[in-house]
Amino acid sequence: MEKFTKLRAVAAPLLRANIDTDAIIPSREMKAVSKTGLADGLFAGWRYRTIGGRDPNPDFVLNQPAYAGTRILLGGENFGCGSSREHAVWALFEFGIRAVVAPSFSPIFYGNCIRNGIVPVRLPADQIATIAAQVESDPPTQRVTVDLERSLVVAPDGSEHAFEIEPEAREMLLEGLDAIDLTLRSRAAIDAFLVRDRRLRPWIYELPRARTP
Amino acid sequence: MTTLFEKLWMQHVVAELPGGAALIAIDRIFLHERTGSIALKSLRERGRMVVDPARVFCTMDHIVDTFPGRGDATRMPGGTAFIVETRAAARESGIHLFDVRDSDQGIVHVISPELGIVLPGTTVVCPDSHTCTQGAMGAFAWGIGSTEAEHALATGTLRVTRPRTMRIRFEGKLAPGVTAKDLSLAVISRWGSAGGNGYVVEYAGSAIRSLEIEARLTLCNMATEFSAVTGLIAPDDRTFEYLAGRRFAPKGERWDAAVAAWRKLRSDDDAQFDVEYRIDVDDLAPMITWGTSPQHAVEVTGAVPTLERSGATREAYERALAYMGLSAGTVLADLPIDAAFIGSCTNSRLSDLRRAAALLRGRKVARGVKAICVPGSMAVKRAAEAEGLHEVFTAAGFEWRESGCSMCFYAGGESFGRRQRVVSSTNRNFESRQGPETRTHIASPETVAASAIAGRIADPRRLAALH
Repeated sequence: MEKFTKLRAVAAPLLRANIDTDAIIPSREMKAVSKTGLADGLFAGWRYRTIGGRDPNPDFVLNQPAYAGTRILLGGENFGCGSSREHAVWALFEFGIRAVVAPSFSPIFYGNCIRNGIVPVRLPADQIATIAAQVESDPPTQRVTVDLERSLVVAPDGSEHAFEIEPEAREMLLEGLDAIDLTLRSRAAIDAFLVRDRRLRPWIYELPRARTP
Repeated sequence: MTTLFEKLWMQHVVAELPGGAALIAIDRIFLHERTGSIALKSLRERGRMVVDPARVFCTMDHIVDTFPGRGDATRMPGGTAFIVETRAAARESGIHLFDVRDSDQGIVHVISPELGIVLPGTTVVCPDSHTCTQGAMGAFAWGIGSTEAEHALATGTLRVTRPRTMRIRFEGKLAPGVTAKDLSLAVISRWGSAGGNGYVVEYAGSAIRSLEIEARLTLCNMATEFSAVTGLIAPDDRTFEYLAGRRFAPKGERWDAAVAAWRKLRSDDDAQFDVEYRIDVDDLAPMITWGTSPQHAVEVTGAVPTLERSGATREAYERALAYMGLSAGTVLADLPIDAAFIGSCTNSRLSDLRRAAALLRGRKVARGVKAICVPGSMAVKRAAEAEGLHEVFTAAGFEWRESGCSMCFYAGGESFGRRQRVVSSTNRNFESRQGPETRTHIASPETVAASAIAGRIADPRRLAALH
């Protein structure tokens, strides 16, 4: 996984509440069993003039020239709600987004960000609104910094906004760690748990093998 | 002093991790062709194995066709690849597969309880947000992403930050015509679609004790629409009776030992929750949504609220009304509808179909209304047909389909059409969820049935069963 330490970049405000994963990547845009090939479908319902088409809607923030090269999204409450589809995070990543700043996230989307090198930053809505107003005055120059090492967002005017992130999530993102590799270091603990638990709850483990077709 | 959730958590801690997280043992993993396929494929590409395939289950529900005589072909462009690749990966890894033509096929959150796969006290994960449904059985069951599913498949564990706890007590007795779906919409409209953010929510109280298992599943189903990690209900005799004898449930002495253990799975009388709410249910009415978030819900006899009373921001409120073609003060009952849908992991079980059929019997769907019923599993479909419910639905003018998620969401295949107004027993009224520009009103199966007959949004309490 790609490491994240600190990023200064163009940020795009998309401050509506409850931006759901159907909006981030509509199901019709998930065309193959794949984690890639999704960037074109990102926000497809809002980004293009017609359903299934590719003619850009000039009103949508990510289509505006001033927001070219956006790598940070400023969002509203309950960002990423709805379907668990990780395709939403894969599409954001492929498009170039590396951090999403919002007052709150859906728990599944939040976890998916951490497993894919996107930093989910929780800040109060009024602070995000202030940052967004600064950005909007001139997006290419009024850049936002997400500093994961110091757990800070630096607004275009230089003001610092501290955010909280779980220590485990922070370390995974900073180091670009693979969670499976990390967990397999605890193999002895897993094996010991299974030995103990098979005695306590044998019914969990006594399942028939799959029928072979 | 311990909550039910804390008991489940402690029973599954394999190792403590820094910063309050823990390595949690996963008892059951469920996959489906939409998001599970990529997890199996990615796992294989990375050279990893499914650690215990006997405890992993997979179904074809999301994009599988629901028309009679179906095979691998779907109306969604590229859909067949998801089915074919999932089948191949499932066979290769040795997990249980409920394939397109399997007699146990169905929507994951319908078949898991039905087959006794989810049990009280288990941890269950699935790359599907509505996995919270299964918390109704007294399990810690929650939705994850595909990468997390890979982790669970490869290690039998997940790294989890311990969530906070909330309890909502439902006290009193539900009036006739008011259902678990209405409880769920009442909660979300009262505390907002982010109101449960980050919590495991235990549903408790006298009204929960008297809910049948299928209704409990409906209530827990929409915990994700409340932004909760999951919903949870303490198991009781209803739970044990429901599970006894099911295909994957323990049998004989093992069953007795399991039930003895499960009886301890309840919050202690002095348990402390981070947040506690209470709802008196006696005065609740059937609910229906007016906007594009499940929190945009009012009583079916109500009207579109003003901005001030809507609980939404101005931007969200105006956007929702423009999308839905409504304005403040519009009375919902009497709004003409174009379609009616009964199905989804929320409301597609036998009891849902029975209640809808009681209103449909001897009546007809209004002219011009497209009406579809999709049973949640092939077992539900068989049971319904054994009672003759399919004849009630089809005589009324409903299509009667094979089981699957169907038109709960649009995947590029079937849809209801632009600006078509649909009353739906599903869980999400997001923009374009059921089709490009389709206008979804979420409600109970009773309200869907009553509305289909009237050709407009209708209060099911005003429609007595004819027989």
